[in-house]
Amino acid sequence: MPLLEIRDLCLDLHGTRVVDGLSLTLEPGQSLCLVGESGCGKSVTALSLARLLDSPPASYPRGEIHLAGQNVLQLDSRALRQLRGAVVSYVFQEPGASLNPILRVGSQIREALQIHRPEAANDDEVLRLLRLVGIPAPEMRARDYPHQLSGGMQQRLALALALATRPQLLVADEPTTALDVTIQAQIIDLLRRLQRELGMAILLITHNLGLVADVADHVAVMYAGEIVETGPPDSLLHDPSHPYTRALLASVPDLHTPVTRLLNIPGAVPTPGQWPPGCRFAPRCPISRPSCTQVHPQLLPDPHASPPGRLTRCPWTSPSTAVPG
Amino acid sequence: MPLLEVEQLKVHYPLRRGLLGRVVGTVKAVDGVDLTVNAAETVGLVGESGCGKSTLGRAILRLTPPTSGRVRFEQEDLLALSGRDLRARRRRIQMIFQDPFGSLDPRLTAGDSIGEALEIHRLTPHRTARSTRIAALLESVGLTAAHAQRYPQELSGGQRQRIGIARALAVEPRLMVCDEPVSALDVSVQAQVVNLLQDLQRSHGIAYLFISHDLAVVRHLCQRVAVMYLGRIVETGPTAEICTAPRHPYTQALLAAVPSLDPSRRLRRLLLPGEMPSPIHPPTGCPFHPRCPVAEARCRTETPLLRTSTDASHRVACHLVPSP
Repeated sequence: MPLLEIRDLCLDLHGTRVVDGLSLTLEPGQSLCLVGESGCGKSVTALSLARLLDSPPASYPRGEIHLAGQNVLQLDSRALRQLRGAVVSYVFQEPGASLNPILRVGSQIREALQIHRPEAANDDEVLRLLRLVGIPAPEMRARDYPHQLSGGMQQRLALALALATRPQLLVADEPTTALDVTIQAQIIDLLRRLQRELGMAILLITHNLGLVADVADHVAVMYAGEIVETGPPDSLLHDPSHPYTRALLASVPDLHTPVTRLLNIPGAVPTPGQWPPGCRFAPRCPISRPSCTQVHPQLLPDPHASPPGRLTRCPWTSPSTAVPG
Repeated sequence: MPLLEVEQLKVHYPLRRGLLGRVVGTVKAVDGVDLTVNAAETVGLVGESGCGKSTLGRAILRLTPPTSGRVRFEQEDLLALSGRDLRARRRRIQMIFQDPFGSLDPRLTAGDSIGEALEIHRLTPHRTARSTRIAALLESVGLTAAHAQRYPQELSGGQRQRIGIARALAVEPRLMVCDEPVSALDVSVQAQVVNLLQDLQRSHGIAYLFISHDLAVVRHLCQRVAVMYLGRIVETGPTAEICTAPRHPYTQALLAAVPSLDPSRRLRRLLLPGEMPSPIHPPTGCPFHPRCPVAEARCRTETPLLRTSTDASHRVACHLVPSP
């Protein structure tokens, strides 16, 4: 049984559709990357898993979220409090925002333990968690305030807090975007180690395609509120089938394979409420056909992909249709 | 002759403590940097937060006062100028920032922001000539004349960055100091702005000092690159050479930390332990030695100088890199 199953989820904010018919599954202990640009709906999808969006303005006109056997959209506030922490924890881009500035590092972790695992609310467990996330000299650091830590150490602390409750699913929303590359590499390495050692599932939200390759067992690319392509990372990144994924890959420089010019995707990502009819990428797509602007395509198995297990929303894709530069 | 020549530039800040603001030490944000940028060339300045790269960029324009050293631009010493001479010289060097929202006045339309730059430098005094010029500038950065009426908050991040670039272009600079200009943008928008910068270099012959932490973007844009660590340049040379055959252990670690789409590269990830020390308490000897995987005894005591390695254009500050 999957740990997380989202079926046909629709999310409106202030009456405007921002996530539209999204379905995905995540098995226990696996990692899934949601990739896309600002406004594609990836972060609000992640926040919906523990119903962290206030309603109103958020409303869910359609769809279901099943997390660890619970129907999330039907839970009352008491059951939701149980779900948060015990089943799913979050880390965000700005670790400072999830830390209490006037509580010492050790007290913050102890507080989280007291709420979720009162039997373990002791110094030994606090130090064990600090060690688990690689904070050096934990006895000393436990007496520090968050502002005394660097950005990388703050993110480790946020991770320790998220792990204090022993979640089955860790949602990491752009956890390394604010960090330097060498620190980013340390945090990504730590996430992979934690996934392996604790058997915890990870949902990673990112715009960085390089990180996807490093972390994910499975990738879903989002555009304008929906998934346009999913699959295992190596095959998807190496041979993308949706024109948006291809364009995205061609617009990022890669350190090891220099190109003379980056791909300019014409136009801009459409804002929610202004999604074009038919295929939402069609107005910017180099291979669009007249029918693309009329029929909204479904997410279907890609007949050309090998190995199988790839879904794409583009009916015209084939391994040989290259995106003209 | 290089367009810009920076020699032994230092920016030191006094470190004050207590009620009376007693000076208890100095922070050496930039500590003896040599750097040149030629006309119509792009030089990358890379390094992690706090390495001094932004301070160096600002000190070149004297937005932050340098402590000592020389900054020669078009063969004139910028640090010796003041008042009107400095303003006239500085027009030829413009700066663009990471967050154009912070550098655009929210009460001015895009057109007014660009017009202000023209007015300050008395470039197009007549109203009609000015609006024609503003429209032309907007078109040269991929916008339309209609964008002149918009306020910054009505524009997307990419459009705001284009306005920032148009305003810098307005005064016909020869050098643009770009401080993380694409870091806050989405990847597809980032590609558009990177392409725009390349096009402008080709059409206007502008040189860039491109400050960034993103090595992939630097490799894509820059002919030469300088790698900074704790206020010093530790390695500099042609970008392709630095990216494929780095000599300094820090550069090697920095490059290895960049995530790659190439699966064969992933297994070779080298994890650099620890973090960059605070410039308040820099390590003795080589500033990188506490994190360096190959440091020796003398690395802890002697500070290595930047010297030539394989050829004259590639210089490294590491005791363990043999002299040619």
